[in-house]
Amino acid sequence: MTAVPTTVAPRPDQAGEPPRSSRALGRSRWPAASGGRPRRRSRLVAYAFLAPAFTLFVIVMLVPIGKAVQVSFYDWLPFPGAENTWVGFDNYAQALGDPQFRLSVVNAVVYMLVTVPGQIVLGLGVALLLQNRLPGRMVFRVLFYLPVVTSWVVVSLLFRYLFATDGGLINWVLVEGLGVVDEPVAWLESRWTAMAALCVLGIWKGIGWTAIILLAGLTGVPRELHEAAAVDGAGYARRVWHVTLPALRRTLVFVSVMLVIGSFNVFISVLLMTRGGPAGQTEVPLTYTYRETFNFLEFGYGSAVAVLMTVVVLILSIGQMMVANRAERGE
Amino acid sequence: MSIDTPRLRRTRTAARFVTLVLGALVMIVPFLYMLATSFKPNALAFEWPPKFIPDTPTIANYVQAWSANNFGRYFVNSAMVACVTTAATTLLAAMAAYAFARFRFPGRTLLFWTMMLGLMVPGVVILIPQFLVARTLALTDSLSGLVFFYVGAGMAFNTFLLRGFFERMPRELDEAMDMDGAGPVRRFLALYLPLSRPALATSAIFAFLGAWDEYTWALTTINDPDKYTLPLAIAQYHGQHATAWGLVFAASIIGMLPVVAVFLLGQRHVVAGLQTGAVKA
Repeated sequence: MTAVPTTVAPRPDQAGEPPRSSRALGRSRWPAASGGRPRRRSRLVAYAFLAPAFTLFVIVMLVPIGKAVQVSFYDWLPFPGAENTWVGFDNYAQALGDPQFRLSVVNAVVYMLVTVPGQIVLGLGVALLLQNRLPGRMVFRVLFYLPVVTSWVVVSLLFRYLFATDGGLINWVLVEGLGVVDEPVAWLESRWTAMAALCVLGIWKGIGWTAIILLAGLTGVPRELHEAAAVDGAGYARRVWHVTLPALRRTLVFVSVMLVIGSFNVFISVLLMTRGGPAGQTEVPLTYTYRETFNFLEFGYGSAVAVLMTVVVLILSIGQMMVANRAERGE
Repeated sequence: MSIDTPRLRRTRTAARFVTLVLGALVMIVPFLYMLATSFKPNALAFEWPPKFIPDTPTIANYVQAWSANNFGRYFVNSAMVACVTTAATTLLAAMAAYAFARFRFPGRTLLFWTMMLGLMVPGVVILIPQFLVARTLALTDSLSGLVFFYVGAGMAFNTFLLRGFFERMPRELDEAMDMDGAGPVRRFLALYLPLSRPALATSAIFAFLGAWDEYTWALTTINDPDKYTLPLAIAQYHGQHATAWGLVFAASIIGMLPVVAVFLLGQRHVVAGLQTGAVKA
């Protein structure tokens, strides 16, 4: 599960900003318990309310983030009391020089380049279709969202079954239903067809999420603009291109950042649908890290790969947001 | 719109409707086929042409899935983990959100943004160090260990979600209660919690779905088969009986029922939650 503190609403996010205006109105607006030292006591209350959540957060998230960086510089042995040797950047160098790691990165990039635009285009289509009043709108919303709430384990196994070579539903549709291929395709038995199957699953599972977020963004698109454009004689496609998409930009940036992060997080589907196979050809960075770490107990090396991935994802996300901001300022 | 005659509008609505029906079919057909296979004897799992209504429907897969392999146990494990995670996540995140939304204290902004950092780090990436931490705390191979990490991992998002909601609540209510002599704890219990039920519901639904579906962390830390949760058990079924698709899907469908129920009941909250904070399941 990934999430990011960006509000979808078109107003600027004010997270972390204390409400200054109310502060200016005087201390009485802030809750303070009656008694001798209201201020100090209210601080203590605040810390007490915050403490359990923050402590858990530190143990479960913050310490591991720091530890990941630390472990990546060691030849780390996962046994209690083991002596770990400092190896500097060796793990990083090893990762960058490892053809299997490079292959996994290429796979992740391909997966990203296919699934992110795929989910955005199709999700936007669904959102536009669901935008106005329509019989059964709620039912459609539920149906499109069902794959999103279903666990990755179930849908990965399900797609493994659907993409089976002999007797799989997909092959039946292609061979008998549409007649576009003569022979059943051995989807999961070579690199690119297996990647295609993984991408289909990724897009199928994500359309509903993308559509719901974009639907929320669409409520912020001023109707008058649309009507004015229609009066000027602009057709539907042109109105979408010139009115809807520019007004949706903030939401689209948010969605694409989330989807890019998500695409580098692809893990369970590869693990269960192709098992990285055939012969490691569909491995992605996280399955690779996982295998190196827990099957071969290369904790330091696995951590280095994980840190590299985080850096790549952060750079990509920040880059996307900067490009989007520049485009906005340029107007 | 000048060109919009009622007739044209009807045609357009019909076209939209048909397109959506086709799209929805693509979404739903895999599930229907899974449902069909779960009622077929194993020999017919790959029948050609595929049948969505089995010729000789059987509930043998469900019987076997439920009775063999401790399935009831896994279901109870998942239910316990998901329920405790949901309750703890919602309560602790609400407390933190209340502190951020309604108090001023040194380090407030810093602490908030530190927590938000947790949202930006891809989950599986810190799996290794999380495992090391869990081992140090003796929280591997235990259901309470799962709960502990699920709750901790959910703190950032849920605090963010609830804080936004609390900040939009009218401050006058606070003041009114303040005058009545209610302290901060009473205000939290008697004012904030009851009034923010929709937001709490969103938070609870996401926590439940997340914990119920979680696979990677459970796979990494749980070894004892008695402590399997459903996703582990289902993946394990597939590993053990690679060809018993009916059995795997019967188990999957039993596992999906609570998710579908929670989702249908809380559908409006799920949508609202996605639209305020946005989370990806």
